[in-house]
Order: sequence, then C-alpha cells, then structure tokens
Amino acid sequence: MDIGLPHYLSVAALLFTIGVAGIILNRKNIIIILMSVELILLSVNINLVAFSSFLGDLTGQVFSLFILTVAAAEAAIGLAILVTYFRNRGTIAVEDINMMKG
Amino acid sequence: MTPFSFAVAHSLPEFVLAVGALVLLMLGVFRAKDGRDWIISELAIGLLGLAFVLLFFDLKSNAVVWGGSFVDDAFGRFMKGLALLGAIGALVLSLDFMRREKIDLFEFPVLVVIATLGMLMLISARDLIALYLGLELMSLALYVIAAFHRDNARASEAGLKYFALGALSSGMLLYGASLIYGFAGTVSFDGIAKALAGGTQSVGVIFGLVFMMAGLSFKMSIVPFHMWTPDVYEGAPTPVTTFFASAAKMAAVAITVRITNTAFPSITHQWQQIVVFTSILSMVVGAFAAIGQTNIKRLMAYSSIGHMGFAMVGLAAANEAGVRGVLMYMAIYLVMTLGAFAAILSMRVTGVYVENIGDLAGLARRNGVMAFFLAAIMLSLAGIPPLAGFWAKWFVFMPAVNAGLYPLTVLGVLASTVACFYYLRIVKIMYFDEPARPFDTASPAVSGVLAVSSLMVVLFSFWPGPITAAAAAAAKSLF
Repeated sequence: MDIGLPHYLSVAALLFTIGVAGIILNRKNIIIILMSVELILLSVNINLVAFSSFLGDLTGQVFSLFILTVAAAEAAIGLAILVTYFRNRGTIAVEDINMMKG
Repeated sequence: MTPFSFAVAHSLPEFVLAVGALVLLMLGVFRAKDGRDWIISELAIGLLGLAFVLLFFDLKSNAVVWGGSFVDDAFGRFMKGLALLGAIGALVLSLDFMRREKIDLFEFPVLVVIATLGMLMLISARDLIALYLGLELMSLALYVIAAFHRDNARASEAGLKYFALGALSSGMLLYGASLIYGFAGTVSFDGIAKALAGGTQSVGVIFGLVFMMAGLSFKMSIVPFHMWTPDVYEGAPTPVTTFFASAAKMAAVAITVRITNTAFPSITHQWQQIVVFTSILSMVVGAFAAIGQTNIKRLMAYSSIGHMGFAMVGLAAANEAGVRGVLMYMAIYLVMTLGAFAAILSMRVTGVYVENIGDLAGLARRNGVMAFFLAAIMLSLAGIPPLAGFWAKWFVFMPAVNAGLYPLTVLGVLASTVACFYYLRIVKIMYFDEPARPFDTASPAVSGVLAVSSLMVVLFSFWPGPITAAAAAAAKSLF
C-alpha cells in the first residue's frame, strides 16, 4: 500500500483531536495541558510538511520551522507562569483553578 | 525587488518599536535600580507616541513590502493608530497603579511595547506566516503581563487561564492555516483569493476557514470562545486589563476584517454565516451575563464581549460600508474603554483599589465631576443618542440592514436594549443611592484620561468629520 497525502492528513487530524481532547477532558494536571498544546502544534507541522511535499512548494516547511521556534517560546512562557502559580497556590491541579467564576 | 530603504520607510513604526524595545530593555537591565521602573514607562510612552506620529509619514501611498508578507495601507494605518493609542492609554493609566501596588518593574513597559509591535505586525500581515508570527508575538507578551502581579494568586490564575486557552486557540488557528495552505496551495492572502476565484469550493479550505475563525474569535473574545475573558479581566492588574480591552482587541478585529475581505472574498457566503451566528451569540451573552455581576471589571468583560458582537454586525454585511462601520465602532469603543477603565482606576478607598459596583454608590454627591464623566461613558456604552456609542451602533447596523440581514439587526437592537439595563444601573447607583466611603484623590494622569475620553464621547456628534473620513478611506483601501 502506498502511503499518500490522505494518510498523513489522517494522522495529523488524529493527533490534533487527541490534543484538543487532552485539554478539554483533563481534570488532573496542568502539565498535561502543556503537553497537549505541543501535540496540537506538532500535528499542524505534520500537515504542513505533508502538504509542502505534496505541492512541491517549500513555503510549508518554512512555516513549520517558524512554528517549532514559537512552540519553544510558548512552552517556556507557559512553564514560567505555571511556576508562579504553583508558588502562590501550592497546587497545579486543574480542578483547583477556581478562584474566579460566574 | 523593492529597495531596502523603501521597505523600511513603509514599516517605520515597527522598526522604531522593535529597536526601541531592545534599547529600553538594556536601559532597564543596566540602569534601573533593583529592577524598578525608573523612567522606562515614560520612555515607552514616548516611543509609542513616536511610532504613532510616524504613521502619518506617508498617508497617500499603499505598498506591499518584505517579500509580499507586509502591507502598508490606509486600513492598516487606521487600526495601527488605534492600537498605539490603546497602548499609550494603558501605559499612562499604569504609572500610578503599578507604583502603588509595588509592581512597578521595568519589564512591564518593555512587554507592552513588544506586544504592541506584535499587534502592528498582525494588522499589516498579508500572508498566513506573518499573521501567525504577529499574533504569537502579541500573545506571548500578553500571557506574561496578565500574570505580571506574580505574588497575587488571582493574577497568576488569570495568566494561567489566558495561556492555556490562548495556546489552544493558536493551535486551532494554525490547524486552519495549514489546511488553507494545503488546499489553496499558497499562504499569501492574494494568492488564496486567486485560487478560490474560479468558483470551485474546496471543502478543505472551508474547513480551514472555520478553524481560523475559531482561533481569531478567541482573540476577539467572541462567543462561544469567550470563556477566558471574564476571569482574565478580573484577575489581571487593572492597567493590563485596559490594555487587553483596548489595544489587543483592535489588532484581532483588524486581522479578522482583513483576512475575510482580502483572502476569502469569493466565499463570502461561507464566513458570513459564521460571523452572523457568533455575532448574535456574543450580543446576547454580553447583554444577559453582565446583569448579575457585582465586580465592575467582570462587568466590563461581558460588556466587551457584547461590543465585539456589535462590531461583527458590520463585518457580517461584507461590504465597504460595513467595514467602515467596524472601523468607526472600534475607534469609538477604544475611547469608551479607556475612559471606563480610567474611572475604575480612580476607585481607591484609603489607599486600596476597590472593584465593586456598590463602591460607586452616591458618587454624584461626593465627586460630581467624576460621576458625570463616568455616567457619560456608561450611557455611551449603552448606545444612548446623541453620545458617540449611539453613532457607533448606527454605523454598523445601517450596512447590515442594507445588506438584508434583518434577523441579525433585530436581535442586535434587542440585545442592546437589554444591555442598557446594567449600564443604567451603574448611573442609578451613582446618582440615587446613599453615598459609600469616599474615594481618594485620583492621580492627574488617570483623571486626565477619564476627562478627555468622556469629553470625546460627548462631543463626537458635533465634530465627527475627521474620524469618519479616515474610516471611509481606510475601508476603501481594503476593497
């Protein structure tokens, strides 16, 4: 069986869904949210590289390199905010993030 | 190939902010004592002001520079002007607040400048890569300043919520961008428009468009992607909330208007449905959810959700008059927001900032001038003629009526009537309730912002010419 564009797109769609589900369904740990965000960004990268190779156009690969860089910065900032939150509250459980509601 | 000097001349404000932010950072690191603000905030205000002046450098010509990914046109200049004014307003309001709350660190103005740089790049983006990089430059700086009060549990919770949902929204936007790239074969807005012009409707592109609109709706805080707004507005330090409500909204709305009208003009019907649907939801949620609020920052959050819904009414019309309406709406909304938050920052009892609506009770008898200014802004937010807020709604509803969007318009007017309730309640509390504890004297900067924005709201009807003409020229440059 040939592996073609639809296979790559399906894998990416699956990873994207797992990432979104991980953010929405997860009730335990904020670190899992960060991991899910990475999963989403990587699924987008698979999409872009597959399209880029399919179209014979380099733009998609350039785009995915930019996404990799920004994802690193995003993870750093996310962890930094997480640390300040942990210092204030002493917990990183998702269900405890409930000081403000309504 | 355009010459380098030509490209730089058309992106001067961005260059000034990029270089200026680095200079301010160095000044802060090497000169400021114990990381205190020193004069970095004042310099940052000057820098943003310089960038604002440079927008007027060349008002006539439109140019596409930097390999086709950056466009300098009247639309961009108009929205950039608004974003810069919002950033300047937020920084002016922050001076006193940050000092009193002992978070006057030099990083804050630097991050505001960097976020503003991201906004300007976002507004001028002409392909999907530039859009993503501008959006992330803005968002990453905003995540940090939301949690800027790092010893405060509510501020760090606000930062965390904003980060988690913002990252999810960037992911959705990117997934949409990747699908659009794959099925249209290009990332440039013009190229996408050309690829779609043949009338062949690619399901992949429409799928991508939906994801893209979802991601942008997050940034504009449009229902159903508004969940973060009330919590972040309440938890973040008030000047930061001001910045979110003013400048960040301008950039998000600008790029939404630009991408829908330049990249997807041939599938207008597809995105129009999304815009109509989310616009109605935002107006209704903004009107009803705000009624029970007691915290004025939370109330302003729901108010901003409703106002974004009203602004989208103009976009739903999908023509030049509609875009002009959106631009007018954003300009007037910016002034009203800055005024409202200036009033919130004047609410200080014996040295402590208070945020409850009840603290405003009987303000008219304690401080008649402030009560009058705040009442004018509240009535304008409600859309009572002849204040500016009425004209803002007029300019978005008229194109929608002309475009035949009757259900949207009727629901919008009804939602606006419901929303009147909570704005009028604040006026009633200020004028007819028994006086609460008196407020401390506000700093001259905060009172100045309140007075100027309130007078602009009141006097808009007498002198609407310049802003209307600028908005018309800006809308024309997009079509």
